[in-house]
Amino acid sequence: MAKFKKDSKKETPAISTASLPDIVFMLLFFFMVSTTMREVTLMVQNNMPQATQIAKLEKKSLVSNIYVGKPTQQYQKAYGTEPRIQLNDRFATLQELGSFIAAEREARKEEDRNSITNNLKIQSQTTMGIVTDIKQELRKANSLRINYGSRQKVQN
Amino acid sequence: MAKKTPEVNATSTADIAFLLLVFFLATTTMNVDSGMFRRLPPYQPDNTEAPKIAKRNILQILVNKDNLLSVNGEILDVTRLKKEALDFILNPANDENLPEKSVKEIEGLGNVEVSKGVISLQSDKGTSYEMYIAVQDQLAAAFNEARDRKSVSKWGKKYNDLNSDQQEAIKKWVPMSISEAEPKNIGGKKK
Repeated sequence: MAKFKKDSKKETPAISTASLPDIVFMLLFFFMVSTTMREVTLMVQNNMPQATQIAKLEKKSLVSNIYVGKPTQQYQKAYGTEPRIQLNDRFATLQELGSFIAAEREARKEEDRNSITNNLKIQSQTTMGIVTDIKQELRKANSLRINYGSRQKVQN
Repeated sequence: MAKKTPEVNATSTADIAFLLLVFFLATTTMNVDSGMFRRLPPYQPDNTEAPKIAKRNILQILVNKDNLLSVNGEILDVTRLKKEALDFILNPANDENLPEKSVKEIEGLGNVEVSKGVISLQSDKGTSYEMYIAVQDQLAAAFNEARDRKSVSKWGKKYNDLNSDQQEAIKKWVPMSISEAEPKNIGGKKK
């Protein structure tokens, strides 16, 4: 009987938070490993079309991104609503594409220069005219590996 | 007597870790780039002549500015393109109107019949990119299905389960021959 008398002491012990940093660090490492750095701020809308036969792009370091789409709301006053090309952090014209490819090539190691993939991230409402012009420029610059950026189609 | 060193206060490590966590959450993105990989044909000057190909060896796909699809002159829904292309690639019954096959020696397969068919895809300047990708997707699906069938008939496995040598052989057996003409109102019908 004496044993039951013990919990007359009402005070509950404080919850130990010693493992809290460990938990947060675990989360931190998860995010560090599974995410990638954001490289550019998008200035164009970028809802890409959906497709079923897609593959993941490997070797992030060998991918150069070309964005095409309507300028986002804040740029529409200055640049209109026609689809535009975005290279790095600014709008570009078709003629600048060649020098962009050359610069991308220059930035890579010599043995990797021929395996750069141009990732075309094109808004689905864009018309083919600009897309074909870009492809023509890429052919002229002899950068022939391209990837039509698209998302996995949701099956229903 | 050794002095006891006081324990380092570790209460703030959680705060520091949270700070780092928030930083990484804000500056990084989750999405993995995915898409359809293609290789463009090398640039050719304008005056090169297109190679002559027999009519039965061409599947002509046209997409106009209203996103209507025509295959060999017939208007077709995009969802039916895969079947049409698959018939064209495989030509299982050796139909007169579908592409001929030539015997080629492929490493790892021996002498096999390779289709001579070429899919010609032509889009208009006003075609939407979404439609273009849908067509490319259907064609890719047809080629993947054809490759799957061939590899199942040869090794009893799907194309993706084969080793890289076998995949190379199948790629040669079913070459992905899509030829893209430039959109109509840019220039004539050149490659």
